[in-house]
Amino acid sequence: MGHQDVKFYQTGTFTVGNRLLPPEQRSVQSEIERTNSLNSGHRACQGCGEALGARYAIDAAMRATGNQLIAVNATGCLEVFSTPYPETSWQIPWIHSLFGNAAAVATGVAAAAKIRAQKAGKPLAETRVIAQGGDGGTTDIGFGCLSGMFERNDDVLYICYDNQAYMNTGVQRSSATPPAARTATTMPVGEHPGNEWGQGKNVPLIAMAHGIPYVATASVSDLRDLEYKVTKAMNMRGARYIHIFVPCPLGWGSASCDTIKLARLAKETGLFPVFEAEYGEVTNVSKIRQKQPVEAYLRLQRRFAHLFGKTPQLELIARFQAMADQNIRKFGLLGEDKATVGFPGSEHK
Amino acid sequence: MNKPFAITLNVGSSLANKTGSWRSFRPAYVNRLPPCNNACPAGEDTQGWLFHAESGDYEAAWRHLTEANPMPAVMGRVCYHPCEGACNRGQLDSAVGINSVERFLGDEAIKQGWKFAAPAAETGKRILVVGAGPSGLSAAYQLRRMGHQVVIFEAGPLAGGMMRFGIPKYRLPREVLDAEVQRILDMGVEMRLNTKVEDLLKTMKEEKFDAAFLAVGAHIAKRTAIPAAESAKILDAVSVLRSMEGEDKPMLGRRVVVYGGGNTAIDVARTAKRLGAEEAIIVYRRTRDKMPAHDFEVEEALQEGVMMRWLSTIKQVGEGAIQVEKMELDENGKPVPTGEFDTLEADSVILALGQDVDLGLLNGVPDLSFEDGVVKVGENMMTGYPGIFAGGDMVPSDRTVTVGVGHGKLAARHINAWLAGTTYVKPPKKELATFEKLNTWYYTDADKTVRPMLDIIRRQSTFDEVQGGLNEDNALFEARRCLSCGNCFECDNCYGVCPDNAVIKLGPGKKFEFNYDYCKGCGVCVEECPCGAIKMEAEAS
Ligand SMILES: Cc1cc2nc3c(=O)[nH]c(=O)nc-3n(C[C@H](O)[C@H](O)[C@H](O)COP(=O)(O)OP(=O)(O)OC[C@H]3O[C@@H](n4cnc5c(N)ncnc54)[C@H](O)[C@@H]3O)c2cc1C
Ligand SMILES: Cc1ncc(C[n+]2csc(CCOP(=O)(O)OP(=O)(O)O)c2C)c(N)n1
Ligand code: SF4
Ligand code: SF4
Ligand code: SF4
Ligand SMILES: [Mg+2]
Repeated sequence: MGHQDVKFYQTGTFTVGNRLLPPEQRSVQSEIERTNSLNSGHRACQGCGEALGARYAIDAAMRATGNQLIAVNATGCLEVFSTPYPETSWQIPWIHSLFGNAAAVATGVAAAAKIRAQKAGKPLAETRVIAQGGDGGTTDIGFGCLSGMFERNDDVLYICYDNQAYMNTGVQRSSATPPAARTATTMPVGEHPGNEWGQGKNVPLIAMAHGIPYVATASVSDLRDLEYKVTKAMNMRGARYIHIFVPCPLGWGSASCDTIKLARLAKETGLFPVFEAEYGEVTNVSKIRQKQPVEAYLRLQRRFAHLFGKTPQLELIARFQAMADQNIRKFGLLGEDKATVGFPGSEHK
Repeated sequence: MNKPFAITLNVGSSLANKTGSWRSFRPAYVNRLPPCNNACPAGEDTQGWLFHAESGDYEAAWRHLTEANPMPAVMGRVCYHPCEGACNRGQLDSAVGINSVERFLGDEAIKQGWKFAAPAAETGKRILVVGAGPSGLSAAYQLRRMGHQVVIFEAGPLAGGMMRFGIPKYRLPREVLDAEVQRILDMGVEMRLNTKVEDLLKTMKEEKFDAAFLAVGAHIAKRTAIPAAESAKILDAVSVLRSMEGEDKPMLGRRVVVYGGGNTAIDVARTAKRLGAEEAIIVYRRTRDKMPAHDFEVEEALQEGVMMRWLSTIKQVGEGAIQVEKMELDENGKPVPTGEFDTLEADSVILALGQDVDLGLLNGVPDLSFEDGVVKVGENMMTGYPGIFAGGDMVPSDRTVTVGVGHGKLAARHINAWLAGTTYVKPPKKELATFEKLNTWYYTDADKTVRPMLDIIRRQSTFDEVQGGLNEDNALFEARRCLSCGNCFECDNCYGVCPDNAVIKLGPGKKFEFNYDYCKGCGVCVEECPCGAIKMEAEAS
């Protein structure tokens, strides 16, 4: 190596902060003054990925909107662990209605904000709206409301915290539960132990098919990327969707300390592609940095324990690997490859 | 309070719910011992000074470094850097170039004229240091920092010991050595050159010294009985190297044979080459991998055209030629003669077979014990005679500049305690920050910066320095390759990744604290700390 300009920061932007980086390049989470939207004392389990993801996302949105933010929450862990009456962990305006209607309530709040702005003679609503819920509340019961919100292009950012099951009621299967996973309703018994193999429901792709301005996936293992996406979404208008991968130690049977590690492995194996899309087309993917085999991810979770036991289910593990490999191809997760998924031609909506 | 419809309780904050009570394990910030620090014979806090260098504060880095070692510009050139051999980054891509950054800091200090502070107060104690080699200078520096009056007696005409009369100029330019010696003297250390101590107890008594530190080195060349012709020219390596510092350079002839396999053999062969020898051949009785010389030195010598004859012993030295016998290794790796002989042309033969210590000054000192011609010292560096301490090449240990500096420092601490009637207790060794304790995901990929080397022509004909230094840009780059093993470098990860917002950030330079009222003990912070500066401990229950 010859002469090197010092643009090298030891950990670059991989860590939350970095004392060597100029302040403007540090993350919202590294600031003493961050909102801490979801404050201490909440009742989430040890190492809860959802609690972490929610603070990451909402703190970034608070910063992006100059604190002009209302959050609408679907029923689920995030709601239950944060607001046992009369306590709340939320340090922002926050409202909860039902399990399946967060998108619709958010549409209403956004409409109200718009009317208020118009009455004050301003063209655009100043108070911005986020709807948030779990995968069950998003991909299953809330899906109709969500699709309507997309279709009307309502000015709402919807955030789904995907922990891959109905955790709050005791780990039942959702349409986001991965195949073979053990849940309370998909026990590892019989010919096809655990959850069925099939397509499940890929809401980020379905959201893209609506042709809305912005769709992204993100992960608690990549804070900078998550903050970038939330900030970008809050600087846009219309319907936007971010799907955040949040490991759940309780439901997955993983060690509480492995939450971020699992999220990182989901991305590095290719099982959870991290990308962003505008008007139906993929514009950016987070490349795999240190490719990992799916076993590295699966092994750390008791919900997949039956794949490993005395006689490892090599065939099933291979199917997972095939899923990962397909994602890598489809989204171009390695090297110079380009994504081949998308729903082009909808930007004129 | 006027409550809205259907509301009966005031809104409360979840802060009322102290989730810390859930915990069975608690995270705690620790400082672990980085493997580089652990490996440094001079006891440098490598990671600690690199931390300052990383932010470009070179003066703070230099000040931190020189608490352990007053000669970083020398060290950055001649140290065999065991720190780099132990560096965790070696398991990732390649070790941090600690030694190159050290040299950069040392050179920067000379350039900027940074000085050591004079001691805050004088103790009134007088200490004799015998020998101005690295060990003596290190002890003098540390003792002076503690406020003692220090006088160095040096037999030679100039300070430096083997750093001047052994290590050749092309590895250690003398201006560098002079600058670092002068800075020590500037603290108020007195040095008497050309003053050999002949009778230690007499000198101590005459000048009322309260204690002495001896570091006379090992300067007597070992000999071996080889049948030689009357006119054969047989020299020893230390004398040859020593005479390089005088007016009359040694006359070695066109073909020079060096006998031995250590660093000294290499240095003398490379010196012969530079003096114009057409051939410089090292004859060594074992194989290359068994040579005590460091591999990089062997490599550099080979590059410069020095030739090697492994598995050979010298049987006879005649006029203009020598006879060598081929050896072979037996099953235990011991060289045994084969009975096959060869003749090599040689105008001179230089023996580089190691050195013994001249212990003359200790005549009449009672209660000393010796082992293989060196003086035995205790853990506290004190000889059997109370108040007389010793270190460096004259005591049993590896013979390097760095070990000498370490001995000087350690001895100074013990002398200081001894003078006060107490004992110095080394702080307990911290737990080692092994590679497994790191989460290396977070570090940016970066290969080591290689120091520039002088072109080969000038390496064969001049005594110009062979290895170049780093410039400010790549020194900073190199410092930032450090992983900060076992010691927080304020990356904010723990503060960011806690799902319970239970890490309190105290601000730049002040690090972090846990809020045990809310920490649930999940351990995410421990897992995600890049450098292993947090550990999980069981709650007392
Ligand atoms: C050719 C050569 C190359 C080397 N290269 C390296 C290297 O690259 N890196 C490395 O780490 N080590 C190297 N070494 C080893 C290193 O130089 C020594 O281990 C180190 O200098 C020992 O330090 P010291 O202070 O114990 O003794 P010395 O450096 O030998 O200093 C002893 C001093 O005491 C003085 N003295 C002796 N007797 C008396 C007396 N009675 N009264 C007053 N003064 C006295 C001597 O004049 C001398 O100045 C090399 C050695 C040699 C010979
Ligand atoms: C209409 C309705 N059906 C069922 C429930 C019970 N319920 C509450 S939370 C929940 C599961 C939530 O799962 P998800 O949306 O994935 O969020 P998570 O708890 O996993 O974060 C269910 C079934 C409800 N509150 N309302
Ligand atoms: S990475 Fe830094 S702290 Fe760790 S061993 Fe290497 S130099 Fe020392
Ligand atoms: S995670 Fe970063 S900030 Fe926290 S202790 Fe480790 S190095 Fe320091
Ligand atoms: S991440 Fe937070 S809750 Fe978990 S152990 Fe660390 S301080 Fe405690
Ligand atoms: Mg869920």
